[in-house]
Amino acid sequence: MSTSLAVAKPEAGALALSEMRDYVTMMVAGQMFGIPVLLVHDVLGPQKITRVPLAPAEVAGSLNLRGRIVTAVDLRKRLGLPPSENSKKPMSIVVEHEGEFYSLMVDQVGEVMSLPQSDYEKNPATLEERWREVCDGVYRLDSGLLIVLDIRRLLRFDGQQGSANGLVKG
Amino acid sequence: MDDLLREFLTETSESLAQLDVELVRLEQNPNDPALLSSIFRLVHTIKGTCGFIGLPRLEHVAHAGENVLGKFRDGELSVTPHAVSLILQSIDTIKALTAALEATGAEPAGDDEALIAALNAMAEGKTPEVATPVATPKEMPPPPPAAAAAPPVVADEDDIFKPVPAADTGKQMPAVAAKTEAPKTEVKPTGDDHGAKDSVASQSIRVSVELLENLMTTVSELVLTRNQLMQTLRTQKDSPFAAPLQRLNLVTSELQEGVMKTRMQPIGNAWSKLPRIVRDLSVELGKKIDLQMNGAETELDRQVLELIKDPLTHMVRNSGDHGIETPADRLMVGKPETGTIILNAYHEGGHIIIEIADDGRGLALDKIKAKALQNGVTTEAELASMTDQQVMQFIFKAGFSTAAKVTSVSGRGVGMDVVKTNIEKIGGTIELNSVQGKGSRFLIKIPLTLAIVSALIVECSGERFAIPQISVVELVHASPKSEYRIERIKDTPVLRLRNRLLPLVSLRRMLQLEQGKEDSDTAFIVVIQVGTANFGVIVDRVFDTEEIVVKPVTPILRHITMFSGNTILGDGSVVMILDPNGIASQAGELRGTEDTQRKQQSATAQIGRSEGKQSLLLFTAGTGAPKAVPLSLVARLEDFDCKNIELSDGKPVIQYRGKLMPLVPIDETWCQKDGGTQPVLVFTDKDRSMGLIVDEILDIIEDRLQIDLSGKRAGFLGSAILSGKATDIIDTGHFLAQSYQDWFHTHEMMAYGGAAAKRVLLVDDSPFFRNLLGPLLEVAGYDVTAVDGPPVALKLYEDGAEFDAIISDIEMPVMNGFEFVAAIRASTRWKDLPVVALSSHATPRDFERGRQAGFTDYVAKFNREALLTSLQQLLQNLGVTV
Repeated sequence: MSTSLAVAKPEAGALALSEMRDYVTMMVAGQMFGIPVLLVHDVLGPQKITRVPLAPAEVAGSLNLRGRIVTAVDLRKRLGLPPSENSKKPMSIVVEHEGEFYSLMVDQVGEVMSLPQSDYEKNPATLEERWREVCDGVYRLDSGLLIVLDIRRLLRFDGQQGSANGLVKG
Repeated sequence: MDDLLREFLTETSESLAQLDVELVRLEQNPNDPALLSSIFRLVHTIKGTCGFIGLPRLEHVAHAGENVLGKFRDGELSVTPHAVSLILQSIDTIKALTAALEATGAEPAGDDEALIAALNAMAEGKTPEVATPVATPKEMPPPPPAAAAAPPVVADEDDIFKPVPAADTGKQMPAVAAKTEAPKTEVKPTGDDHGAKDSVASQSIRVSVELLENLMTTVSELVLTRNQLMQTLRTQKDSPFAAPLQRLNLVTSELQEGVMKTRMQPIGNAWSKLPRIVRDLSVELGKKIDLQMNGAETELDRQVLELIKDPLTHMVRNSGDHGIETPADRLMVGKPETGTIILNAYHEGGHIIIEIADDGRGLALDKIKAKALQNGVTTEAELASMTDQQVMQFIFKAGFSTAAKVTSVSGRGVGMDVVKTNIEKIGGTIELNSVQGKGSRFLIKIPLTLAIVSALIVECSGERFAIPQISVVELVHASPKSEYRIERIKDTPVLRLRNRLLPLVSLRRMLQLEQGKEDSDTAFIVVIQVGTANFGVIVDRVFDTEEIVVKPVTPILRHITMFSGNTILGDGSVVMILDPNGIASQAGELRGTEDTQRKQQSATAQIGRSEGKQSLLLFTAGTGAPKAVPLSLVARLEDFDCKNIELSDGKPVIQYRGKLMPLVPIDETWCQKDGGTQPVLVFTDKDRSMGLIVDEILDIIEDRLQIDLSGKRAGFLGSAILSGKATDIIDTGHFLAQSYQDWFHTHEMMAYGGAAAKRVLLVDDSPFFRNLLGPLLEVAGYDVTAVDGPPVALKLYEDGAEFDAIISDIEMPVMNGFEFVAAIRASTRWKDLPVVALSSHATPRDFERGRQAGFTDYVAKFNREALLTSLQQLLQNLGVTV
């Protein structure tokens, strides 16, 4: 699984490196998202997840990653999207945030892309609030738009402004 | 050798080694202020510690050395090789002394005046004078340490060491050096003999706590992995890994034990301060107290130790302050003059038990009750139904100190609640036993360590959870057919367990596991103890117990108080660890709101008691509306086995507490059941008891009684609306009379010497109380006239009525009790009558006010016993005087 990380590093060498950034891409409900590659710890296939009663809806549960307890966050729920309709088991991207591991459940993990800063811009002002909260900005790709997630804000929820707002709006 | 000394030696030898190095560096950089301060600090610490543990000789040497170093530091003396040598020499002397100390456990005799004089002279700046002596040690810097260090090994033979002190008389430093050389040669061989025996100092090393914590975490991980492997192994037959895994299993266990040991400290460390505290306490309070400590060597995790240190100190202090009586008091009750406080510590099944017992006066239950009432944490009605054990638990509530006056030692009302919280914080429990006059005993049970705990794995709605074993009391399998059945009061499940109702908590409901699904009646109940409260948790299945490593939950889930952590089980899955305290407080949220409600109610009840707000026991009997009786009238609630109910003269009776108790059914159509149990309300008066047979006890509520008296039936005062339902209020008097008719009269008549019934005027605006007390007084043999207020009573006076005593309420419309009694005292015929005031405010202040207003006695409204006693005494006195 983690081999997919090594694949498809584009011919970045020619361009000025400072202008390129690497992202792990993923699909959630048909939308492409990206997370800076340095934040990604692991990519996992379907996992056995223990549900945590009374937890916020976005928290799918906990799982055991080589002896560490990792909190699984359902990205669809976090983004206010309906549950996936196809029965394919979700994949996960494990990120580290403030010493804790979180596993972000997504529909599909894609390749690692090196993207030029020139194609990047901030969130459109009209973006839905819940998304604006957790998205950092947008890359204009030929194949579509890639949204960069802000992990710090993505993992701040429950009572803290993030999802509280989202819940009210959603 | 005592621990303190051992610790001192370890510490000092480290400091000395460091000093050697630093002094040499100082010689090279004489002007390094940081270095100087560091050296000064080290010597200062040694001096301080010596003084503290009473080693005068060491202290003097260190002090003199420190003086010189102080001058260096302040720049008053310059650092010269001579000076440094002199300091080094004093360090060597200190080394020699500590070595002797280590060998014999005591400071060798003698003094070091020569050295001290030299140091003092140096400090005073008289360098030239001591130049010669200093020179000598300098010539042979290495030998003195070796020489000085050597003697102690054989220092048990004092004579060897004596030459050194002898040198002091010479007041010449060379002499010292020379003399030390003498023992050196003598001792060397012996020193080698002892070489194999490591000194205390080199036997232990200091390791940072952080390193140990890390080790512990790593071992915890290893334990988990081991568990996982063992689990896998169990499912496989004839695995080639079986043997090596068994070995790994063993080694891991040993490693775990070893690492745990590094964190272990004897509990005596937490006790070391206690003898002193107890001594001070006994001096301050003029008591004689003997503190006995057993099992000080019992070891427990240092983290746990730190946390129980303060609670223990507090409790011992409490025992000394509140528990042990003064010598005079003790002699008076036939106890030895000296009180004893016993501290016991021992291991028991993975836990440490600490027992704190004293042979003092025990807990004063009445004081606790009074305080509980005063603080509004309970009501009199509740108190009446509480066992002594339950009453004692109040001391664990905040703001509870029964010490009449605040001493410097205790009685500030911060105390046992904090103790309890601290102990529960580390997953421990505290139990209390006390016998008035005999003493108290606290039993603290705490886990050996916090990192790895034994937990029971349970399942509910397909999810597994771990419950720390320490909180689990027992497991009960409940099914509709077995002896243990889950019963429900409305939606609240309960279980009858050994004649007690155990409240049950539905894990499914509490954790919102499966919406809309209810617990099946066939389930496992994990009986959990939190503090002294027991409750059962309903689960679907119970698995094994497992050693688990508690890992903190991720910050985004930390707000869920139901979990104390999470862990990975042997099969690799993650489970949440339930927090019994969290469950209790969650379950108690219902109880908590009830508590606050009750508090509010009792607060309003205190203002509004005269409006009739009181605790009522709701039950059913026969057909029709639920019935109610004031709880204050009920002595006990019993559930008798139907087989034990006998018929005597066609009436049901039961053997109860060694006597035959008549049973009266409210429902006249009642007939004896063949099996099962029969709920009975027991009313007790003097030594007589009577049981009222009811069908089912429903609830206890606090409500304001508004009785509609219209539909009057025998045995019923009328009906009232309670909790929104029409409820019949029982006329206790009617039933009392039914069972007591003959007895009661003879009994009371005897008490009053067969005289004609005394006439009592009862003045109360509340029909309820008139109807309640009227029959009661009549049953007690009085001729009662009940009126609804002072105006009617005064009308009776005008009409020429005569009474032997008057009982009057205080809060009444038109004319209150105080005005009424004033009117009585101003009258001609009634002015000498005993007048008893009835009120819900029975505080001493009210009592005094009542007295001043002219009442003869003042009785709390719900206290029938006191009323009857008071009346009897007043009328008897009257009999004598008239």
